[in-house]
Amino acid sequence: MMQRRDFLRLLGAGGGAVFASGLAGRAMADDGSNKMAGAYDDFYFVQMSDTHWGFKGPANPDAANTLKHAVAAVNALKTQPDFIVFTGDLTHTTDDAQERRRRLAEFRDIVSGLKVKNVRFMPGEHDASLDNGAAYKEMFGETHYAFDHKGVHFIALDNVSDPGARIGEAQLEWLKADLSRQKKDAPIVVLTHRPLFDLAPQWDWATRDGAQAIELLMPYANVTVFYGHIHQEHHHRTEHIAHHSAKSLIFPLPAPGSQAKRAPLPWDPAAPNKGLGFREVGAEVDASRYRITERPVSAG
Amino acid sequence: MKTLWRVVLGVGLSGICLGAALGVGNDAGGEQVIRVTAQRFTFTPNEIVVKKGRPVVLEFSSLDFVHGFNIPSLKLRADLPPGKITRVRFTPDRAGEHPFVCDNFCGEGHEDMHGRIVVKE
Ligand SMILES: [Cu+2]
Repeated sequence: MMQRRDFLRLLGAGGGAVFASGLAGRAMADDGSNKMAGAYDDFYFVQMSDTHWGFKGPANPDAANTLKHAVAAVNALKTQPDFIVFTGDLTHTTDDAQERRRRLAEFRDIVSGLKVKNVRFMPGEHDASLDNGAAYKEMFGETHYAFDHKGVHFIALDNVSDPGARIGEAQLEWLKADLSRQKKDAPIVVLTHRPLFDLAPQWDWATRDGAQAIELLMPYANVTVFYGHIHQEHHHRTEHIAHHSAKSLIFPLPAPGSQAKRAPLPWDPAAPNKGLGFREVGAEVDASRYRITERPVSAG
Repeated sequence: MKTLWRVVLGVGLSGICLGAALGVGNDAGGEQVIRVTAQRFTFTPNEIVVKKGRPVVLEFSSLDFVHGFNIPSLKLRADLPPGKITRVRFTPDRAGEHPFVCDNFCGEGHEDMHGRIVVKE
């Protein structure tokens, strides 16, 4: 219970908590005894996204430090998360394949400073679209996978290795097979880079065959999607499935479709790192929902 | 042909004249044929002005990559492979603006590769 108290204290310090339903159905043990309690522990993970290592430009004059500050801020969390997931665009794209590998390697070196060693990676289109994920895979392994953590089933979907933003038939088949092993009320978290729904297709904020993934997920009662790509918080539902995008760790982008160009929001020297951050996602048995806490870049 | 049929389907869905999309003869003042070059990381021209009610044929030549052409508001999209001309046909039925975007990630400047079609009365 110590852990839980610390966690709540963290929430108190953070502000900007978002309550998202979607983790219903984590029923207590069938026989009502406490012997299953361990399988249903509260836990939280951290989502970091769109670090764009290698970016240079006026949208973030401090780009050489932002990721390092974010690593320090996560390390400073009093209760460390069970794991950390990076939902893509680890690096800023480059047409030079050698430079891509160099950026991926530097990124890997910097995040190896995270105290938590259970770190999951996913590519974004900046990492993977120009070589179908080849360089990414050399360093970080598969671009889609599934794992279980304390009763929650996590699925990482790759909608970026195809430059046309398709998940593709093969991966959709894999998803179908993976889901077939889950109960219809199992708590499922999908991690991906692009939005699975058509958020702003005129800005390429979509997944071309995302509707097929959503259709496969629809029969499951407790599905929540966490993604990146759009460099800001955004909350959306496709029927009962909640989709939460994360802030970036490089520069914020304008609200979906709010202007002609999806150009970065200008850096504000008076408020460095404004609009940037990472999030904590807490899975709580009692609340039967996720608790999202947005965090700024610096540990402050 | 595959591309054409996909585009024709899109045209059908968006409620624009299917006959014109098939490129059969029309008597609405002739087709507006516009050649567009796609090259990392621009469409040239990137602002295309057309007249309402007259069939439009966009003739794309891509020079260096399978760029994408996507106008979500018209439900039209096509892949633009280099080495051939890709035609996208539609007949605008009302005045307005339609942003389009390259939706195949093509490199460092991909996010700047967009434009708009302006339909005038
Ligand atoms: Cu392009």
